[in-house]
Amino acid sequence: MSELHLLSLSEQIKGLASGQFSSVELTQHYLQRITNLDPQLNSFITVTPELALEQAAAADQRRANGKATALTGIPIAQKDIFCTQGVKTSCGSKMLDNFIAPYNATVIGQSNAAGLVMLGKTNMDEFAMGSSNENSFYGAVKNPWALDRVPGGSSGGAAAAVAADLAPLASGTDTGGSIRQPASFCGLTGLKPTYGRVSRFGMIAYASSLDQGGPMARDAFGCAQLLQVMAGHDAKDSTSVDQPVDDYVSGLNQSLQGLRIGIPKQYFAEGLDAEVKTKIETALKQLEALGATVVEINLTTTEAAIPAYYLIAPAEASSNLSRYDGVRYGYRCDAPKDLTDLYMRSRAEGFGAEVQRRILIGTYALSAGYYDAYYLKAQKVRRLIQQDFLKAFEQCDVIAGPTAPTTAYALGAKQDPVSMYLGDIYTIAVNLAGLPAISAPCGLDSEQLPIGLQLIGNYWREAQLLNIAHQYQQQTDWHRQRAPLARGQEA
Amino acid sequence: MAKLVHGWEVVIGLEIHCQLNTQSKIFSGSSTSFGAEPNTHASLIDLALPGVLPVLNREVVNKAIRFGLGIDAEIGRASVFARKNYFYPDLPKGYQISQMDHPIVGKGHVDITLSDGTVKRIGVTRAHLEEDAGKSLHEDFAGMTGIDLNRAGTPLLEIVSEPDMRSTEEALAYVRAIHGLVRWLGISDGNMAEGSFRCDCNVSVRQVGDEYGTRCELKNINSFRFIERAIEVEVERQIDLIESGGRVIQATRLYDPVKNETRSMRSKEEANDYRYFPDPDLLPVVITEAQIAQIRSELPELPEARKARFASQYSLSAYDAHVLTGSRDLADFFEGTVAASGGDAQAKPAANWVMGDLLGALNKAETDIVDAPVTPQQLGGMIARIADNTISGKIAKQVFAEMLSGSGQSADQIISEKGLKQETDTGAIEAIIRDVLAANPAMVEDIKGGKEKAFNGLVGQVMKASRGKANPAQVNELMKKLLAE
Repeated sequence: MSELHLLSLSEQIKGLASGQFSSVELTQHYLQRITNLDPQLNSFITVTPELALEQAAAADQRRANGKATALTGIPIAQKDIFCTQGVKTSCGSKMLDNFIAPYNATVIGQSNAAGLVMLGKTNMDEFAMGSSNENSFYGAVKNPWALDRVPGGSSGGAAAAVAADLAPLASGTDTGGSIRQPASFCGLTGLKPTYGRVSRFGMIAYASSLDQGGPMARDAFGCAQLLQVMAGHDAKDSTSVDQPVDDYVSGLNQSLQGLRIGIPKQYFAEGLDAEVKTKIETALKQLEALGATVVEINLTTTEAAIPAYYLIAPAEASSNLSRYDGVRYGYRCDAPKDLTDLYMRSRAEGFGAEVQRRILIGTYALSAGYYDAYYLKAQKVRRLIQQDFLKAFEQCDVIAGPTAPTTAYALGAKQDPVSMYLGDIYTIAVNLAGLPAISAPCGLDSEQLPIGLQLIGNYWREAQLLNIAHQYQQQTDWHRQRAPLARGQEA
Repeated sequence: MAKLVHGWEVVIGLEIHCQLNTQSKIFSGSSTSFGAEPNTHASLIDLALPGVLPVLNREVVNKAIRFGLGIDAEIGRASVFARKNYFYPDLPKGYQISQMDHPIVGKGHVDITLSDGTVKRIGVTRAHLEEDAGKSLHEDFAGMTGIDLNRAGTPLLEIVSEPDMRSTEEALAYVRAIHGLVRWLGISDGNMAEGSFRCDCNVSVRQVGDEYGTRCELKNINSFRFIERAIEVEVERQIDLIESGGRVIQATRLYDPVKNETRSMRSKEEANDYRYFPDPDLLPVVITEAQIAQIRSELPELPEARKARFASQYSLSAYDAHVLTGSRDLADFFEGTVAASGGDAQAKPAANWVMGDLLGALNKAETDIVDAPVTPQQLGGMIARIADNTISGKIAKQVFAEMLSGSGQSADQIISEKGLKQETDTGAIEAIIRDVLAANPAMVEDIKGGKEKAFNGLVGQVMKASRGKANPAQVNELMKKLLAE
């Protein structure tokens, strides 16, 4: 069975259930693909073949015992931000290059409990800071659609791995678009849940009030299946919310009749690539054909989102990353001459440029005399952004627009950090408001690069977003398009 | 402080760090017990591993509310944890989780009693929850420092006073009042030697009527004696400095008990910018009216109220009431004794026995009232036997001594086993007196000649002959009667 990776997730689930193939076979198939193709992509930091085959054998056994869940035996690539017991968990940083996690993140525990088979840990921007996956200590990740392009970030390794069929599912995290934008750049479906839906315990913190784990897959069905595993209250995370988890999979067949889709005019203004705009408009027409109505809305705070984010996220990061001090674990500089030297060199040598930049920005924003003008002001803006969305949801059920203003850009193209920050214009406000949002593929541009449609839902409406994406995917086949590398061609 | 006559007034405000006596830490499930092998009570969370998150121990909140109600303070309905950022090896996260803008306990007050009997009200600005840091161990590691994170994450209540104290005596009385209160409320063991109760003293001086002077903060003082001495040497230093034309520089200073001096640790300019901001890992602590009412209903009678009740209900002096409410255990002991002695009428003798014989013996044995070898039932039972003339006060000392030995026997058991029951049978006493009178004709003559001393001598002999069991009043009366025959 050399084409197992070409099966949809739903077909793989059926194949395992019917005994057409085993989890061990499926796992071996993906491990072989990783060996063959990942040298071109660099999407994994760590591959764990022994552990994977052990888990696969256990999954087959579990199935034989009649205890399998839907995803038992399905391989998954976990973002290297989730602590995984006994496995290196680097967060893309030299700082944690030597860190073997002694415990499992809740997400890893849930994944293991469901019987998912971990293939390895995916590459990412260092500490999830970046939009292109070029900020990794382990080197940039290439986009399977065009190897000279970025896969997006920070969950770039996860996106590239699924897009190249090195794994059928991947976990990601999204602080300002880190699931949705790489999903968009790599032609995948990726969901950022409501803040508090997925436990952050064991997920290495970047900006605690914004970070949220979520699923990445080819289609909405895959995201629904994986979110079902990841979602839920966790007493170990005080910001996790004790809210019933919907049945995402069985909620995938609702009609879109009467659905009101809000279109923020600010999301179609200057800066949006014309080809992206055209494909999004086509997708909206298709949703209308499915029974939805479109209403123009006004998100007046759109432009304030990026400045507010780049104060709040670095402020939290500057504090979250203080624990990497060279004292207890992680990178320690050679022969420190005193305590200050230990701190300064361990952190200067252990962190990359973008991480240091954000620590500096955040430290500045929280400093005495600047706190009110920067951090506090940004928090007020954040509240206005949230109110802006809530007001919009009085007029519509979901908000639609592009996930990113462009398709994947060339590696090295964005040297100026601010120009890269501006690429997050449509995704960042969602994190500031804590809302759920999904990105689903809706076309290719003239260079054959994927374009993503973003749907933003009200709080806890993940099921609705998944259903809309699924209904759309019943009418379209963008999610079935494969990157040249996955088709066995040179990208 | 002789220099105060030069018109200097001392202004003192105190920050007390009080360890709350919960079983587990404030944000992790690790044990808070003291004295374990280094780093054996340090979990993933205490070590600040990547990805870990704090979860608030609700019991810590309840204890803080208890304190707030104990000082008649406003309880913060939505208190917020904030991060205090600074680097230090024994601070694993690189920040301490504390509270800044919205503390759990707002403005309150405690009343202190001074040696001249006056009562002064001291304002408490606020009390907030925070986690303790670990410990740096500089010994035993040549050229290196060891880090023990057992203490990291231990819950602390930081109690901040207004600058209301005007002398070391007031400062000490305040610290003792807070120390007594936290133990009274059962929220802290107050163990100063183990660091469960530490004090930062903010000290300044001014000419009476002037604005506040520049203050210095004396850090981490952990005994009543050192608090007293540290404040005194610092006051002296500041006055000397100003009188010799200098000026006090705002600084954090360390008290060195060996040299009995304070030394500057860092000036205000060198102070850290802690970059406080609300901890995004923790939600605001919302406290409901019902929760407060519940805790209020479980609150013991507070020291000041109990002191006042002791004075009125038992007709005790202000001093006795003050001593007997020195701790809740002592006050409970006293009231248990009164109850077992047959009622309020015996309160005064009960107070005397508790404050005199019992506390004296405990002091000598260096034990606390909770470890007293005598129970209130035993002591009260004995006082009841004095009251009903079963034994004399003098015999009671023997009974008490027997109780102190820890045999656990009741007064009645001891009296009967040792045959200490007071002789009140007139016939038996008369017989003894007749024997004594017959044996001492010369003294009888002396008495008849008016020598009072001889009378007392014969009473003594009668008491001796009865092995102390004769009722002395009865002996007196009967002897007079027989001599008159």
